[in-house]
Amino acid sequence: MKSLSARRRHPLALAALLLVALTSTGGLYAILSSGAPAQAASSQSLAIQEGRELFLNSCSSCHGLNAEGTTDGPTLIGVGAAAVDFQVATGRMPATIEAQQIPETKERFTQAQIDQLAAYIASLGPGPAVPEPPVYDPASGDLAQGGDLFRTNCASCHNFAGAGGALSRGKYAAALAGVDPKYIYEAMLTGPQSMPVFSDSTLTPEEKRSIIAFVTHITQEGNPGGQGLGRIGPVSEGIVGWIVGIGALVGAAVWIGAKAT
Amino acid sequence: MSRYDTDGDGHGPDGANGSHGHAVEVSETPTGRHAARLTDDPFADPGRLPHEPRRTDVDAQARRRAERQVATMFGLSTLAAIGFVVAFVAIDKDAFVSLPLFGEIGAQNLAFGLFLGLSLLLIGTGVIHWSRKLMTSPEIVEERHSLRSPEPDRESAAAAVKEGAEESTLGRRPFLIGGSLVGALGAATVAPLITLRDLGPLPEKKLRHTAWAEQHQIVFEHSNLPIRAVDVPIGAMITAKPKDVEDLNELAKAVILILRLEPDQIQNARQLELGYEGIFAFSKICTHVGCPIGLYERETHHLLCPCHQSTFDVLNGARVIFGPAARSLPQLPINVDDAGFLVAEGDFDQPVGPSFWERG
Repeated sequence: MKSLSARRRHPLALAALLLVALTSTGGLYAILSSGAPAQAASSQSLAIQEGRELFLNSCSSCHGLNAEGTTDGPTLIGVGAAAVDFQVATGRMPATIEAQQIPETKERFTQAQIDQLAAYIASLGPGPAVPEPPVYDPASGDLAQGGDLFRTNCASCHNFAGAGGALSRGKYAAALAGVDPKYIYEAMLTGPQSMPVFSDSTLTPEEKRSIIAFVTHITQEGNPGGQGLGRIGPVSEGIVGWIVGIGALVGAAVWIGAKAT
Repeated sequence: MSRYDTDGDGHGPDGANGSHGHAVEVSETPTGRHAARLTDDPFADPGRLPHEPRRTDVDAQARRRAERQVATMFGLSTLAAIGFVVAFVAIDKDAFVSLPLFGEIGAQNLAFGLFLGLSLLLIGTGVIHWSRKLMTSPEIVEERHSLRSPEPDRESAAAAVKEGAEESTLGRRPFLIGGSLVGALGAATVAPLITLRDLGPLPEKKLRHTAWAEQHQIVFEHSNLPIRAVDVPIGAMITAKPKDVEDLNELAKAVILILRLEPDQIQNARQLELGYEGIFAFSKICTHVGCPIGLYERETHHLLCPCHQSTFDVLNGARVIFGPAARSLPQLPINVDDAGFLVAEGDFDQPVGPSFWERG
């Protein structure tokens, strides 16, 4: 110890101390901070890379080589991962036909591929991210509030019982029965096709969750009063009333009026 | 009288004389007048058909069977009515059953409908079956008679009126009693009309103005929170209302839809002027019959009324492009306050909602 303290004013002491401090902090940092972030970052960039490959193969003919949009498809810069997840996972994209409305089809990508595509699109510009499961869990929504919000904001197009409905020129609002809560959430968040955008700043995540709870409830509950006739209101009810009801009355009248033998 | 002589005066039906072409044969009757005798008239009265007995009239076994059938229907109806009561007591009102074609339906309501319907239907079919098979079945002709009262009745009625008029002595001073009676009757009739005042008061200017005023804060319809302009994304549709207005009649007029569009797509200078950086506020009340409009196609920028499909083009001052509405949606002038929240810049420049008589 004596010798060390004696040399503490040595010109090289400062340099040696600095060297020890730097290597120890650097070494400690390298040991304590595991390799995960570095790996995650590289897997994230790998996902973006893979997503870009998928994009070039399946999407770029309409959306442009850099997702800048063409006359056939809108730009995807800034639409966010949620839009990609909704459109691709519900099979609406890649579009198979050029129609008034791109229909829902069978999913053609695995969730891993969809995540890669979403990562690539999200890397192009800031947009809504794919929500985490607790965010759209219908069990934690407020049914009454959800019903209120649904009737104000959604029922005009999607029908009072979520049965869907017609829009103009062959477009339509989708029926909501059996739709995964995640996709209901993403649809509200991103406003696919004709649907308006209900961003988190206009409908909070809690309010969206309540709407999802209400939709899940009304589309899953049975019909307490008997056959719901598609729950589309006066059209189907009128048809049944006129054909079945009045038909039965005409039959009864014929029977009453026929001559007994 | 022939059986075609429906009006009973012995002349035959009017217009029968030769106007029916070959179907009518004019002949001299013993009375010396022309009478029509129809030969192959397609509408000829077939007369009374011969009475044909039913099987239950001639066959005692068939009759007993029909009696048993009717009694069975009434008996089953009683059982169904008891079933209704049992369903009320025994079936949980929240229970569901699953049926093919019907899906999940409420068990108790299903049982109610089945049992009560069956109970009523069986009473009906039993009664009809009874009358058709068992009750007597004579053929009956009901003759029409003249609407005019017989002459003696008419004369006695006229005499009674005349006698009453004489006994009243109204002829002496007609204006004192008669006039006052007419006045009293008139007053008693008109007086209740005052209750019609309860239909009012007249709307006066209420149809022309809403709760919106200069600097009135715009809030979300569902949360009563103010709306920050930067929080409204392109493509958004927000139902909004004036802050601190509780009266439902006022809210019903003042409710608005907030949309954000690309400002360079707007084709209407006035619309741009009333909006704020692509945010526009339109009345949510359809100008047709006042339904709340809420069907917004983000891509075509059409706003539709779900009641009758009136379509408004929000790129062009919410002009009507389809449907029964006759007027554009009124647009609320908006701006932002110092904190960046949306506020109204005044009231609508025209009455909102459906047209009314004095609207002009």
